Amino acid sequence: MNIQAMAEDIPVEGEHSIEGVDFITSGDQYLTFLLAQEQYAVDILCVEEIRSWERPTKIPNAPSYIKGVINMRGIIVPIVDLRLKFSIGEASYLETTVVIVLTYQSEDKSRTIGFVVDAVSDVLNVESVDIKPAPAFGGCVGPQYIDGLINSEHKVVTILNVAHLQKVEKHRLHS
Amino acid sequence: MSVDLSQFIPSFLEESFEGLELMETGLLNLQPGDNETIHSIFRAAHSIKGGAGTFGFENVTEFTHLVETLLDEMRDGRRDITNKDTEILLESVDCMRLLIEAARDDVDYDQAKVAQISALLSETLGDEQSSSNEGEASSNIDKPKGSGYHIKFVPEHSLAKTGNDPLFLFSALAELGELTIFANTQELPALMDIDAQELYLSWQLTLHTEVEEAEIIEIFEWVEDECLLELTAINDNSADSGTDKAQATDEVEQASQQPDTQQTAATEAVVTEQVVSKQPEQVIDEDNSKVAKTKAKAEVGSIRVGVDKVDSLINLVGELVITQSMLSELGTDFEMDKVERLTSGLEQLLQNTKELQESVMRIRMLPISFAFNRFPRLVHDLAIKTGKAMELVIKGEQTELDKTVMEQIGDPLVHLVRNAADHGIESNEIRLANGKPEKGTISLDAYHQGGNIVIEINDDGAGINRAVVFDKAVEKGLIDAGATLTDSQVYDLLFEPGFSTAAEVTDISGRGVGMDVVKRNIQALGGRIQVESSLGKGSTFKVNLPLTLAILDGQLVKVGSETYIIPLISIVESLQIDNKLINRVSGDMVLYRLRNDNVPVLPIYQLFDLATECTEIHNALLVVVEADGQKVGLMVDDLLAQQQVVIKSLKDNYQQVAGISGATILGDGSVAMILDIPGMIHMALEKAQQAQLVKNNGNTNATAEVCL
Repeated sequence: MNIQAMAEDIPVEGEHSIEGVDFITSGDQYLTFLLAQEQYAVDILCVEEIRSWERPTKIPNAPSYIKGVINMRGIIVPIVDLRLKFSIGEASYLETTVVIVLTYQSEDKSRTIGFVVDAVSDVLNVESVDIKPAPAFGGCVGPQYIDGLINSEHKVVTILNVAHLQKVEKHRLHS
Repeated sequence: MSVDLSQFIPSFLEESFEGLELMETGLLNLQPGDNETIHSIFRAAHSIKGGAGTFGFENVTEFTHLVETLLDEMRDGRRDITNKDTEILLESVDCMRLLIEAARDDVDYDQAKVAQISALLSETLGDEQSSSNEGEASSNIDKPKGSGYHIKFVPEHSLAKTGNDPLFLFSALAELGELTIFANTQELPALMDIDAQELYLSWQLTLHTEVEEAEIIEIFEWVEDECLLELTAINDNSADSGTDKAQATDEVEQASQQPDTQQTAATEAVVTEQVVSKQPEQVIDEDNSKVAKTKAKAEVGSIRVGVDKVDSLINLVGELVITQSMLSELGTDFEMDKVERLTSGLEQLLQNTKELQESVMRIRMLPISFAFNRFPRLVHDLAIKTGKAMELVIKGEQTELDKTVMEQIGDPLVHLVRNAADHGIESNEIRLANGKPEKGTISLDAYHQGGNIVIEINDDGAGINRAVVFDKAVEKGLIDAGATLTDSQVYDLLFEPGFSTAAEVTDISGRGVGMDVVKRNIQALGGRIQVESSLGKGSTFKVNLPLTLAILDGQLVKVGSETYIIPLISIVESLQIDNKLINRVSGDMVLYRLRNDNVPVLPIYQLFDLATECTEIHNALLVVVEADGQKVGLMVDDLLAQQQVVIKSLKDNYQQVAGISGATILGDGSVAMILDIPGMIHMALEKAQQAQLVKNNGNTNATAEVCL
């Protein structure tokens, strides 16, 4: 297989124009993904990469939603299963199961963590005025994790707060 | 052109600290009449002063100026080099370090100390002044009494480009006396032709002062090569001085106007830039809290790397690129008959990577002299404090050591050296009475041995009295009175926490102030410490350290489906379990009889909550490890390979995990955890205590029920 030939086929902005594809974007971009049947989104600028699921190395005595650590090009990256963390759906590991690796730069340091989700779906362009606050009527996902809701066609997408997701809770090391 | 001065502050600080070290070393070695050393000390102080002035660290400038004046007098031979002055200068170096550190971290400093030392300095200078005035009074007679100088200062056009600013020079001159400035604007080209970075002015200055010519020339020292400087003394002629004064007032007026309008053409650029560059800095200050700022600064370190190391790195990268292109060429149309070339190419790649790894590691290696540098001063101070004559001999200071290890070994070494000086070396009288040279010798020696670095701290003092240590240990209940111990076992008792308080130890001739801490620090670095001593002749403390903290020799073990790495240094032995030697005692605690020892067995799968088929002890293997003097047997399913692993932190993206010191990446790309043996032992103890607590609570509840 000739990779170079394939690479040339990939459209580059301003070089080819492909019908039906709109390169002009406005507002912020969000990557949406599925947890069970629900749509969630994170700021696309935080996304480091999307990987297929591989069995991580377990961390002793870690909470069940922390699946372990993997080697991402020499960096040790912990893997959090969002379905377990938020108690949404079943945590099954299939071929379509993916890991979204997010890097968040806080004031003092940057942290890279992988999150297991059921599937990655789309990239949304969202104007900030379209983000609406989430009503506080419970749900499994704590309010601190939610930045707001957006309507995408007939579905509602929850925008997650990456800074909060990245916080590693100090869990009891052995129970 | 915009120059952000703040970007140079880190290098100024680095150079200043180097300068301070240089001054300290110089002062310690200073002998009367040693002009070369005085010059180098003076130069160091002068650069610090200059730099501090540029960056606006006024405290530093002011203080350093005093130091410099004192040094200047020594340099010119106007002052004899006495021990007293050297001591004051040494203290001043401490003060300067304090001030610069305070400036760096933007915190307050110990003002009382600085004030005290600067008072001392001024006092010393004052003494000198009066005596020198007396001394020079005679010589002044034949000289015309210099009441001032005419200075003609014609700088080259490029002066401003080299970072010099005539304004600074003039304000320095103004400090010496009454200064009048006349700017000569003849050479100023038409406005169109002006290059904003060139300096077109020259100046005629008149300085009314009592100071000597040398002091004025010193101000111009930095620009000497780039200007024409003429100094003529004003003859103290009343008529002349009258006209001078009249002229001077004229000049003042002129000067105050002309520089304002024209001189600014040349210097304004520089001045405004400074103002501009300072503003963003202040904004940042307000945004970030000071704490965060200092923290960030403390964390970012830099190292100086020899060019040879960088060159070899570049060479290796070159080779790697060649190998890579060779392999990719091979890959474009690969056929089976080229497989041999492929294997040799891969071998070459392996070689390149290995060398590259070693080279990169070497960049972190610094000569141990960085850690040894502070000891001459320490020993010097201790000698004064204890009143014992002693000298320090340093050997092998070029031996290289990883930067992180170096940073952490400093304190334990200070402790050992202090102990050697405090308890090891006897007082002068006792030494003479024992037929030893009056001056005690402490030697520091560093050398490589295998993959380790060995640091020896040796003194020719009294040595350790084995019997006294032994008795003390018995008294403390650490050993039985009837126990037979080897010498090294007895010396190891010194590192017991019970031996650590100073009052108890100074009674005996041995040592042991906080020795348990020293040992723990060294062990935390993966090293060990040994003691050799012979009574009456001295003792040697041998510190054995790994060269780097980034790589570790590990034993791979299997527990369930997981692979763990046990640091080789903590493994005592690995063995197949003999059923007969397993004992269950005092309520299901499993012990394994290892010759005379009973070693508690820790099943890793239980501690880490893992699923494994190997839950029965007789199916498993036992790896006996030791930490903090406690031996435990780790139960593992299988022993795998031994290999060097690169340690990666779990804290970067996650957090510290109990029982785990880090992670590494194995040959197949998977991650394996490195076991933290002391941490695991601690965990197991805690777990046992908790279990006990739960049990006891259960019992009390039960009895309560019965009572009811």
